[in-house]
Amino acid sequence: MTTTADAGRVRIYPRSVSGKFRRLKYAVLAIAYLVYYGLPWLPWHRATGPDQAVLFDIVGRKYYLFDLVVQPQQIFWLAGFLVLAAMLLFFVTGIAGRVFCGFFCFQTLWTDLFMRIEYWVQGERPARIRLDQQPWGPEKLRKKGLTWLLWFLVAFWTAITFTLYWGEAGTLLREFFTGTAPAAMYITTGILTFTTFTMAGLAREQVCTHMCPYSRFQAAMFDKDTKLVTYDLRRGEGEQGRSKVRKGLKTLEERHAAGVGDCIDCGYCVQVCPTGIDIRNGLQVQCIHCGLCIDACNTIMDNMGWPRGLIRFSSAREQEGGKARLFKLKTVGYGLSILVVTVLLFWSVSHQGEIDTAVRQIRQPLYVLLSDGSIQNSYQIKLSNLTSETHHYSLRIKDLPGAQLDVGHFRTVELKPLKHLTLLVKVRTPQPPPGAARIQDFEFEVVNRDTGAVAAIVPARFYRP
Amino acid sequence: MKQSEHHKQAVQTTGHAWDGDIQEYNNPLPRWWVWTFFGTVVFAVVYWLIYPAWPVGRSYTKGLFNTITFQTRDGQEVTTHWNTRSRFIADMQRGEAAVKQREYLEKIGQSSYQDIVNDPDKMGFVLSMSKVLFADNCAACHGAGAQGKIGLFPNLVDDDWLWGGTFEDIHQTIANGRLGFMPPFRDTFNAEDLRALAAFVLSLSGITDEHDAARVARGREIFTGEEGGCYYCHGKDARGMKSQGSANLTDKIWTVADVPGAPTYEAKLQAVEEVIQNGINRRMPAWKGRLSEEQIKLLTVYIHQLGGGQ
Repeated sequence: MTTTADAGRVRIYPRSVSGKFRRLKYAVLAIAYLVYYGLPWLPWHRATGPDQAVLFDIVGRKYYLFDLVVQPQQIFWLAGFLVLAAMLLFFVTGIAGRVFCGFFCFQTLWTDLFMRIEYWVQGERPARIRLDQQPWGPEKLRKKGLTWLLWFLVAFWTAITFTLYWGEAGTLLREFFTGTAPAAMYITTGILTFTTFTMAGLAREQVCTHMCPYSRFQAAMFDKDTKLVTYDLRRGEGEQGRSKVRKGLKTLEERHAAGVGDCIDCGYCVQVCPTGIDIRNGLQVQCIHCGLCIDACNTIMDNMGWPRGLIRFSSAREQEGGKARLFKLKTVGYGLSILVVTVLLFWSVSHQGEIDTAVRQIRQPLYVLLSDGSIQNSYQIKLSNLTSETHHYSLRIKDLPGAQLDVGHFRTVELKPLKHLTLLVKVRTPQPPPGAARIQDFEFEVVNRDTGAVAAIVPARFYRP
Repeated sequence: MKQSEHHKQAVQTTGHAWDGDIQEYNNPLPRWWVWTFFGTVVFAVVYWLIYPAWPVGRSYTKGLFNTITFQTRDGQEVTTHWNTRSRFIADMQRGEAAVKQREYLEKIGQSSYQDIVNDPDKMGFVLSMSKVLFADNCAACHGAGAQGKIGLFPNLVDDDWLWGGTFEDIHQTIANGRLGFMPPFRDTFNAEDLRALAAFVLSLSGITDEHDAARVARGREIFTGEEGGCYYCHGKDARGMKSQGSANLTDKIWTVADVPGAPTYEAKLQAVEEVIQNGINRRMPAWKGRLSEEQIKLLTVYIHQLGGGQ
């Protein structure tokens, strides 16, 4: 544990390690950073819109994602995406524990990078502990200063990069350094520089332990078949507990004969842990399942010439001698949900029409009696062109006998790519016979004048006194 | 740390002891809290320096390096210490949105009505701004949707225009106001004639009762003859006169007598009779001095499109 209730925080100096999971983490790190820092600079050709692959244009209310342009009314895609992300998280957590925390979470990624920087400047764990303990002097000042400077540069570039997603990257960057960028950019950069520096450089594992809610409800998603980073208690402790390699306890045979477990109590697994826990104490709330202790232990086991896997991803059922089941209600259920949401999302994205329409009935007054006794209802119709071509549209009415449509001066409207237009239209029906329905459903048909096809059908209601 | 270890930790006390053994736990504030608190203190001091803050005698500290420059109505440039009122004025003079609005207003001011209604861009501006103008100035009487109120305020959404529905007419109405007047005929007619006149007026809109043919004929006589003299204002054909603001009695629209709301023929007659007896005295104020020329123009276009205009 890194903190105690009364005393201050216990500093963690993770030792570096190499192995399978460390390599995997580096690979994820490289890909994630390449995407995050590189994406705003990726050019993209579009018929209309900016030449930037990913751009979230808040002012223009358009969100460009490669060939997809998302408009505010399609915000439910974001909801679908978030549902998908949540499902995926639950699914993965049910199978392999908090691997999201250990491998993909940005807190982990940035902390990892900041720890690397620390390592490059200040050296390995003992050197860092020594540096922290020695009084302030030129060496400490130089090393600490350089670390903080590099941290700051990374944090600053991280913050700047975030802002570049919200405008044209080149322009924004130039404006930023010439002092002409929008205030929001400076404020966002300031805040994110500060939080990145603080969270990844200073707070680190405390974010996971004390701030992140996910670590608190992880246990609810684990079950006996969840593969968790587990210390093989039976193998490691034997009957007499763990023991260092001493005379008479040097080979596996000697140890097994003496009833001593395979753990040689070297403490490497504790030293490499980024959250400072001892995995041998079992599952703990701080554990982010990064697998570095597995790498550490495997390194030791290889040196000893003993089988690997004293610490490994293993389920409670496996520890009891059973076999972990992958297919069961929970995993299959989450899996199916993921499939359904994915299909729905793809279907929705690929089947959007060329136009988005919304009809709002003018309710004040709901209807107007005209001088010849006919009744008039008014509607506000909003048309949004979702394509990157200019279209011409006209309106007509379906299923309202005798109705006249008055669209004012704009008989045919031209809709530029990705633009929207609000029309005020009036619908009149002749004086109704006594006993006519007071409310009548009908439809507006939006006709594409260029192709002659009906682009959208919008239901509406007609009210009479 | 295990729970048991937690309890073994020595707990800080304030160091006092009462009655020999009663001590008080000391739970110092978390350091981050204390620093945040100091931070707010520093913020406050900086704030005092920059913004008006402390009362000094009859005056107050004005704040440093923080002035606002704006122009008064007579064109003088004024620089004052920071205050929200001046900030608002300056923002209305130089703010991005205010400048854009002014440009649009100028454009509208120079355009003809035909130009405006044929230009979707100008029309978009007219509709959004005049909606607010209408809500601020007109909706109190005419209602939020301009639907008016029968008996009191004319409905502006229908296609009937008491004072004319051309742009020029509407502009005239808004700028100079209108006085809608019909004299009371309480003492002119006896009950039977009054009923006959009401029956005739109803028949003009196609509301008849088979037993009332004689009454309608009598009513027509009063209406078109010198006995009632109604045609002076309403015209021989009872279609009203825009110069008088007199109502067209032949259409289905009623602005004063609540005929559509009356359930029976009898009640409809009564509603019309009441108007004839009591007359009408409605006044719409002039908005010339209160609204700018551009604003009146905006409202004219807005009201014109509400009812379709003429």
